[in-house]
Amino acid sequence: MRELHLPWMELSVLLPLLGAIWVSLLKNRDTARIHSTVICALTLLCATGEWIDFSSLHTFEAHDHWDMLTKVFHKDVFVIDELSAPLLPLGAMLYLMTVMTTLKTKVNRFSFGWTLFSEAILLATLSCRGPWLIIALMSLATVPPWIEMRSRNQSTRFYSLHMGAFVALMCVGQALVPDDVSSLNPPIIGGCLLAAGALLRSGVAPVHCWMTDLFEKATLGTALLFVTPMTGAYVVMRLVLPIAPDWALQSIAVVSLFTAVYAAGMALVQHEARRFFCYVFLSHSSLVLVGLEMVTPIGLTGALCVWLSVGISLLGFGLTLRSVESRTGRLSLDSFHGLYEHTPILAGLFLLTGLASIGFPGTVGFIGTELLVEGAIGVYPLVGLAVVLAAMLNGVAVVLAYFRVFTGTRHTASISLKCRKSERVAILVLTALILGGGLYPQPGVSSRYHAAVALMDHRGVKVVDHTTQTEPSTEPSPAPPSDHSQ
Amino acid sequence: MTLDSTFQFLGLIVVASPAVLLVVLGLPMLLGKALSESVQSNFTKAAVLTGLSAAVVILGLMLAFDSRHVPIEFGNWVSIPQEHFHFHLKFVFDRLSVPFAILTFVLCGTVGAFASIYLHREAGYRRFFLFYAMFLLGMMVSSLAGTIETLFFGWELVGLSSALLIAYFHERPGPVRNGHRVWTVYRVADAAFLVAALTLHHLTGAGDFDGLMGTGPWPEGVAAIDSWHALIVGLLLLVAAAGKSGMVPFSGWLPRAMEGPTPSSAVFYGALSVHLGTYLLLRVSPLLEASLPLSIAVVVLGLVSAIFGTLASRVQSDVKNALAFASLTQVGIITVEIGCGLRYIALIHMIGHACLRTLQLLRAPSVLKDFQSLENAIGERLSTGPSIWQRIIPKSQRAWLYRFALERGYLDGFLNEYIVRPFVNVFRWCDLQERRWTSFAGGGEKRESDGVSVYGDSLEDVV
Repeated sequence: MRELHLPWMELSVLLPLLGAIWVSLLKNRDTARIHSTVICALTLLCATGEWIDFSSLHTFEAHDHWDMLTKVFHKDVFVIDELSAPLLPLGAMLYLMTVMTTLKTKVNRFSFGWTLFSEAILLATLSCRGPWLIIALMSLATVPPWIEMRSRNQSTRFYSLHMGAFVALMCVGQALVPDDVSSLNPPIIGGCLLAAGALLRSGVAPVHCWMTDLFEKATLGTALLFVTPMTGAYVVMRLVLPIAPDWALQSIAVVSLFTAVYAAGMALVQHEARRFFCYVFLSHSSLVLVGLEMVTPIGLTGALCVWLSVGISLLGFGLTLRSVESRTGRLSLDSFHGLYEHTPILAGLFLLTGLASIGFPGTVGFIGTELLVEGAIGVYPLVGLAVVLAAMLNGVAVVLAYFRVFTGTRHTASISLKCRKSERVAILVLTALILGGGLYPQPGVSSRYHAAVALMDHRGVKVVDHTTQTEPSTEPSPAPPSDHSQ
Repeated sequence: MTLDSTFQFLGLIVVASPAVLLVVLGLPMLLGKALSESVQSNFTKAAVLTGLSAAVVILGLMLAFDSRHVPIEFGNWVSIPQEHFHFHLKFVFDRLSVPFAILTFVLCGTVGAFASIYLHREAGYRRFFLFYAMFLLGMMVSSLAGTIETLFFGWELVGLSSALLIAYFHERPGPVRNGHRVWTVYRVADAAFLVAALTLHHLTGAGDFDGLMGTGPWPEGVAAIDSWHALIVGLLLLVAAAGKSGMVPFSGWLPRAMEGPTPSSAVFYGALSVHLGTYLLLRVSPLLEASLPLSIAVVVLGLVSAIFGTLASRVQSDVKNALAFASLTQVGIITVEIGCGLRYIALIHMIGHACLRTLQLLRAPSVLKDFQSLENAIGERLSTGPSIWQRIIPKSQRAWLYRFALERGYLDGFLNEYIVRPFVNVFRWCDLQERRWTSFAGGGEKRESDGVSVYGDSLEDVV
């Protein structure tokens, strides 16, 4: 296995972990916010360095230089590959943006220590491929939101019920997976339990209500950070895709497709902004799952592109909502708020990120959505139609929310509601990513195509190069030995 | 400089000028800087004049060198060669696109000049010109698109800018609701377009109009797909065109679109945007020849829309609404012409109608004064005698027809009653079931969000 030039992954995990301890010792909340921002920025730097370093190696997977964990455990614990390489900087950016845009009105409710701890867990999850370690980290990641809800005197029963079921399904499922497993010799019960756990964590209907409950009871920042990295989809890719038979993947795709349309419809009838955001997010994350389960090069490439674009755009969308909430309190969607004249830049970003999430032309989501629909139509035309239907409903919902929050009345403010400097920086960065990725999408698409091909190869599906042959796009081939038992 | 490179250069200017305008007007807004009205107006004039000049020179060169089809290649925007996936960025200058592009520049230029005075010192001046630039770019990309995906790109920009401009007076709920209604109809049309584009891509392996229409410049191309596929793709595109042009059953959005400022109403719903659907049908007209049922469907839709438009326009009490439905009548007739294979007539009709309607809509704010001037000039009241229809149709049926026209064919009511309401009811019922489930399993009767009221927990309240 190739080696990176520096221990980027270990640094990415260690920095927020140590930072969490340091920040929790600080008494002054403003100082904690500034220190957290610096730590998140350094973490993002390391994660980006890892991505650039990995891209320069032109390999499918690599591990850290001076890998301390390998020396201790005698096996590769942190391994980066084409799937996870861009997810690490994306995850680190999610945290940086969230911490950076936390206004003073919210610093007392938002725990920076637990946030940094969550970041360390997330980056560790994305860096490792061992199934048991992923399950352990995913289980640990459910703790910080639980603690926050408890500290806010909110009922955690519903959340605990679902996350408990998730952990149990993953553990039992993985225990039933034998070592010599592959997609040609799938473990039926173990695979089904793992898939059920992953779908529960992804919030696929009808087991999605924990997500709306979380958005109701936790702070918006914590809820955003818990769901937007889409770790449920990551679990599917790591633990389910390599071993699941085709029928199982198709079943997951159908359930996800139903969720995508259902959640888009639900978003349209919500009375409150957080619940609205949650359903919009659910719809998009389900679309990613639909593409991931199609297992065609185009569909998978589209899903991986949409994964990144939805991560960026819905982060921006959620953060804009959070910024507006910081100024006005929780927002009802039953009435107009007319905030445009006070915060035109936030209004612009709200619209831009919302449109990017639905794949509006010129934004980062456009090509990914096109590829996703193209892949779906190529396999099942009706699936393609349902994807388009979900995108259409989401588009209607996003603009409806924009109109409700920013227009429709004249709001009289007694204090300035203008964007703060930190928010403005975040807005500019997100806008640059959304428009830059939309206007120059080729590098991203090429990178995701390579990842898709490698993942299919890992599953035992050989992708035919159409530039030299004119055969069907995929054909089964003997599966390589699975590293599932690592 | 060779002829090809000259075309390439000029073609780039035509497309780039509105794009540059959008960047120039949008970037300062993003950075929180304000450009003065005169600077914005001058940039707009410069962009329109530059693009128009380049388009006119291209037309002159095409006539001089007898070039009927000038493709401008920008290469693949995105490609996955291993999968034969290409998003080809290509623009085409031909007998259809060049007149439409020049028309777009002329009308947008006129309206831009009008708006810079009409909207002087309006709070939304900057916003208007930003959306105007987006619209201009969308129209140019749609007009000159050489592939169906490129056309979709422009099509979406036109839709967004239209919806946002309808909601231009956004401190009132009425324009905002209407803007959202129009956006919803556009999304339906866009969905149909996207499915059509991808189906086409799937069938032909590319979205290039050359591949679709076979060899031969417009309008002499021959569709390269069989009649069944032509019918499927054509019907989807017909839905898209009907949505964009406000044809039946989507006509309800036309009067709603008049909530926007007069300049945008003139250029969007009187002149350009409303013709984009028919332009699409003209662009894919070889499909119509490949399928007789498709041609019949186009003629029927056009006829129904024209009859509905003429009925509705006669009973409107508002001049802009009357003009909007009068536009629909003409759009319906243009659609019939396209269905009958009269492409040049349709194109000429479209250009003439767009110019006339822009003039009428721009004069709309002073229509009463115009009437008074007219009456003063002739020295008596303007009066209209009973028409032939009043003599032929019995009174009871005339009353029914009047009610039907006044209610705009009950189209909005039909869509509300049979599509929107059942949809909302189903999802509200689902929401109720979710509430029951979370209450049962979570041990609480109430959601946190139930207590949310407007500015209930606001920072201002704290202050």
